[in-house]
Amino acid sequence: MRDKSLVEKLLSPDVLAPFAVGIVFVLAWDVLVRVTGLPPYLLPGPLLVIQTLIENWSELFASLMVTFQITIVAFLTAAVSGLAIAVLFTINKWIERSFFPYAVVLQTTPLVAIAPLIIIWLKENTFGALVLCAWIAAFFPILSNTTLGLNSVDRNLTNLFTLYNASPWQRLIYLRLPSALPYFLGGLRISGGLALIGAVVAEFVAGTGGSKSGIAYQILIASYNLQIPRMFAALLLVTGLGIAIFAVLSLISDALLKEWHESAMNPNQ
Amino acid sequence: MTSSSAYSSPTPFQDVAPAITLDRVSKVYPSGTIALQDVDLSVKQGEFLSLVGPSGCGKSTVLGLIAGLSKPTQGDLQWTQPDYRKELAFVFQDSSLLPWSNVEDNVRLPLKLSGQSKKQTQQSVAEAIALVGLTGFEGAFPRQLSGGMKMRVSIARAIVTQPKVLLMDEPFGALDEITRNRLNEDVMNLWRQKRWTVVFVTHNIYEAVYLSSRVAVMGVNPGRIMTDLVIDAPYPRSEAFRQSPEFGQYRRHLAQALAEGME
Repeated sequence: MRDKSLVEKLLSPDVLAPFAVGIVFVLAWDVLVRVTGLPPYLLPGPLLVIQTLIENWSELFASLMVTFQITIVAFLTAAVSGLAIAVLFTINKWIERSFFPYAVVLQTTPLVAIAPLIIIWLKENTFGALVLCAWIAAFFPILSNTTLGLNSVDRNLTNLFTLYNASPWQRLIYLRLPSALPYFLGGLRISGGLALIGAVVAEFVAGTGGSKSGIAYQILIASYNLQIPRMFAALLLVTGLGIAIFAVLSLISDALLKEWHESAMNPNQ
Repeated sequence: MTSSSAYSSPTPFQDVAPAITLDRVSKVYPSGTIALQDVDLSVKQGEFLSLVGPSGCGKSTVLGLIAGLSKPTQGDLQWTQPDYRKELAFVFQDSSLLPWSNVEDNVRLPLKLSGQSKKQTQQSVAEAIALVGLTGFEGAFPRQLSGGMKMRVSIARAIVTQPKVLLMDEPFGALDEITRNRLNEDVMNLWRQKRWTVVFVTHNIYEAVYLSSRVAVMGVNPGRIMTDLVIDAPYPRSEAFRQSPEFGQYRRHLAQALAEGME
């Protein structure tokens, strides 16, 4: 169980392989643009995109932070509410029977279709409206994963708790919640990205201008103005944020599960 | 009992009052499967009773009924001394440990569930861990332990409450022979030292004869008791008992009953 040094980790196939794919892709993109002579308003080369990103950094980064705020608030709300409602579901089967189908409805309603409505309803509070849209996108995976986890307790362990007269609370805290933890964390990893997508979609619909506009608005405006390199630069930022969210959630998940769960174990141990 | 008379002679446990009595107990599952039919069985105080049988004969069901994890469909299950019921412990087929807790916390679990604080339980937990020979592994997580060690943790968790009755459901079925033999020794020694009443479910005849003061053979379709045999050999038993002609006779007798129960 020795911890590997950072250098060793960075040189591991897990890091090198995707990195190599990325390099090849960017090179191919660059070569394609140079050889075909595509104009930048159709497909800008990677160098131009980077250059645009650096030139517009302060503006784009400020917008990214606005979107990030919406994402993080929606994600945290989804995590707390998803967990709480999943616990309610397992406490009383009738609550689950009655409400689970509506959670599915929430999941299957196209966000693009209802986002305008939400924004009109909450027109006094645009930030709240955007958070609500992102929450709708992020909530369901956490709820359904956690519910599944709370219900997949080992039968022998359930019997053990019965044998020792465990109270429903003890059962929840010492057995069901820990059993559900890997599922909950899996839900979080899915929802992190979905919250970001939800925020971006909502911003597209809302189209809020002014100083507090999010990154989606920048993408939208750039495409209207045919500032395609700027649009690509903004896209790059959103993608980077999505990857960062996923990476942070994976790190948290691995740290919480490393002692006991298969998913977080080093195969070489 | 008729067929066992050739081997039985009075042993201490035949004069002892039964701790648990099953009177014409049947268990039918909602699916219609008859797990047990008209089972009569009494478990004497302090005896080591093994239930041997092929899979599906309902031997685990008997343990579940005794533990109160399920209720008989018909018939009666009685505890002669009601307080015994509260002082039972169960060792499951696989070790069934909490994967997110270390050895110490796994062993402490039954005491924690009864509301005792960490401080109160310190000594009992350390003692139970010492009894199964795992001192020094308190901080280890289940996945870091071998199958045999996990089973030891499971046994420590069962004995930490100072039970009077110990129910074991094929505890060593998944272990290799050397580990199994070693754990057999340990359980037998603990049983003699602590004077538990043990009901031990296994499909291994060797293990049953070696450990038990009495063996009941069960048959399938429907689950029922085929024969009931007193293993009249003094404790402590050793390798010499395993090599003895009596051991072979007991074993052959049980194997025959087992074969009859498969039909």
